[in-house]
Amino acid sequence: MSEIDVRLTGVTKRFGEFTAVDDISLEIPRGSFFAMLGPSGCGKTTTLRMIGGFEAPTVGTVTLGDQDVSNLPPYRRDVNTVFQSYALFPHLSIADNVGFGLREQGVPKAERATRVGEALELVDLTGFEKRKPRQLSGGQQQRVALARALVNRPRVLLLDEPLGALDLKLRRQMQLELKRIQQEVGITFVHVTHDQEEAMTMADQIAVMHEGRIEQLGGPTELYERPRTAFVAGFLGISNLIAGRLDGGDVVVADGTRLAVAPTAAQGLSGAVRLGIRPEKISIAGGDAPAGAALAGTVREYAYVGVATQYVVDTPAGEVQVFHQNATPGVQVAQPGTRVTLAWDPQATFLVEGETA
Amino acid sequence: MGYLRRHPRAVPYLLIAPGLAWLAVLFVVPLYYLVTTSLQSGDIYEGFSLTWRWSNYGDMLSQYRPQLVRSAQYAAIATIAALLIAYPLVYFIARRGGQWKSLLLVLLVAPFFVTYLIRTLAWQTILADEGDVVGVLRDVGILADDGRLLATSFAVVAGITYNYFPFMALPLYVALEQLDGRLLEASSDLYANPVKSFLRVTLPISLPGVFAGTLTTFIPAMGDFVNAQLLGTPKQYMIGNVIQSKFLVIVDYPLASAGAVILMVLILVGVALYARALGTERLTG
Repeated sequence: MSEIDVRLTGVTKRFGEFTAVDDISLEIPRGSFFAMLGPSGCGKTTTLRMIGGFEAPTVGTVTLGDQDVSNLPPYRRDVNTVFQSYALFPHLSIADNVGFGLREQGVPKAERATRVGEALELVDLTGFEKRKPRQLSGGQQQRVALARALVNRPRVLLLDEPLGALDLKLRRQMQLELKRIQQEVGITFVHVTHDQEEAMTMADQIAVMHEGRIEQLGGPTELYERPRTAFVAGFLGISNLIAGRLDGGDVVVADGTRLAVAPTAAQGLSGAVRLGIRPEKISIAGGDAPAGAALAGTVREYAYVGVATQYVVDTPAGEVQVFHQNATPGVQVAQPGTRVTLAWDPQATFLVEGETA
Repeated sequence: MGYLRRHPRAVPYLLIAPGLAWLAVLFVVPLYYLVTTSLQSGDIYEGFSLTWRWSNYGDMLSQYRPQLVRSAQYAAIATIAALLIAYPLVYFIARRGGQWKSLLLVLLVAPFFVTYLIRTLAWQTILADEGDVVGVLRDVGILADDGRLLATSFAVVAGITYNYFPFMALPLYVALEQLDGRLLEASSDLYANPVKSFLRVTLPISLPGVFAGTLTTFIPAMGDFVNAQLLGTPKQYMIGNVIQSKFLVIVDYPLASAGAVILMVLILVGVALYARALGTERLTG
């Protein structure tokens, strides 16, 4: 895993006055499934397009393996893309679509046919060779686009929101399929998405992007359990962020309650901070709170959703969301107005900077 | 309205009725008269009568073969020339025109708001022996000192090319404008350099436009007579000139009609062969 397939060094991309990508550096190791995750306009697609060669960086270099490709056109890069719109050639059959890149690379006809057949088998589309793209469903077209890129065995495969146009059920199915295919072929995948669940399901490494920068880079668990910024905490799942002051390893909230924090969570912060705790990590119990890692509050509203009950609890430190698993038989719901105690394991907490006024 | 509500199935027929009436009155009926006239004999003084004179066709084909062949040649050359000029121009407007696209397109079509005859007469001036074009060409030695452009095949073909240019340009524009730029990114991603991308993606996808453009140019060009008359001499006369003079000058209606039918059949057969060669399935997508 030590070999680096893609390396961005100080890459900035400006479109006129607008800075789409702002001084990004990152390394993507060989064979990994790397996701760039962020809301629209965060620069993830522009970054992908610079790796693919559709945009040239304003500043910085893009390296594939040992080769600086910053100013090489796409057709001279050992990279293939699965486009969001699929961009299948409407005038060519499925076999000719998939074989397009091989033909351009001068692969002999017989080998081409074999490899096209293999690629179609990989995406479970054997027998569709002679059809035209418009005769296929959206999910099938998506798989053709994947086969058309994979058949070239590129160094890196780029996926630009490849599942965006599919319905939810198909998307779930394709997520697992993409993961399987990636493990099967062992090619480095760089995947752009705004769907955090999609990124978490598939990727080994996720770069969460925001306003042209990488907000945090890490594995799915790390990003979820230890988000370093409020943006990451809010973008990946739901977080309760409780404002307070860091004091002697505890966070002191507005009414003076001291909340314990995981020692590893401090990450060099001091003064005004926000303590983060995920809703499902909070246990809820009736009655008033003992001191320590517990917060007293009043249930404001609840929603029973079968597997769990979601509560919104008013506390002196502000509103807290709780996700209570209905693991035991029988349903006991705390009605609005009930006094409750919220508790959690300090190890489950994380800290981010305090809100800047 | 009550009738329509009671007979909803009549609606499609009512909708096509005006078109059908138009076709019947202005195409089928005249065509019937044209074909029957082409089989008549007689003259303008004694009147014409239907005698099933098939030899009108033989006479026409044997006497005016050079004009027929010339028509096909001129129309073909003009169509190819218009295609070669229009394609890059329209490609640029459609793909690179940006915010100027509509303006450039209007500029392209604007000269054609002037009537056909005036535009053709303007070419007389442009290609005139004393004109600048001939002057320059003589000076640089492309034309001999007594060489001319007017009254040559070149002038006629140039006139036809120019006059039918919009019929080529507009279908091409539609085809190239609709081409999805992301397909070109995809082909570039798949190792095709710009030339290969053009040959394997842009050109094949724009073929329906090429097909439509060449047909709408070739068909009227084949029957054209104005360019040959104004820019050429009888040596450049096309089948259109023959038919026109038979109808209006010599007043030999049967022969003129036979010529018109021959021209029509030739074009129909030509179009059928052309469509077959290009493959209609590919053209309709």
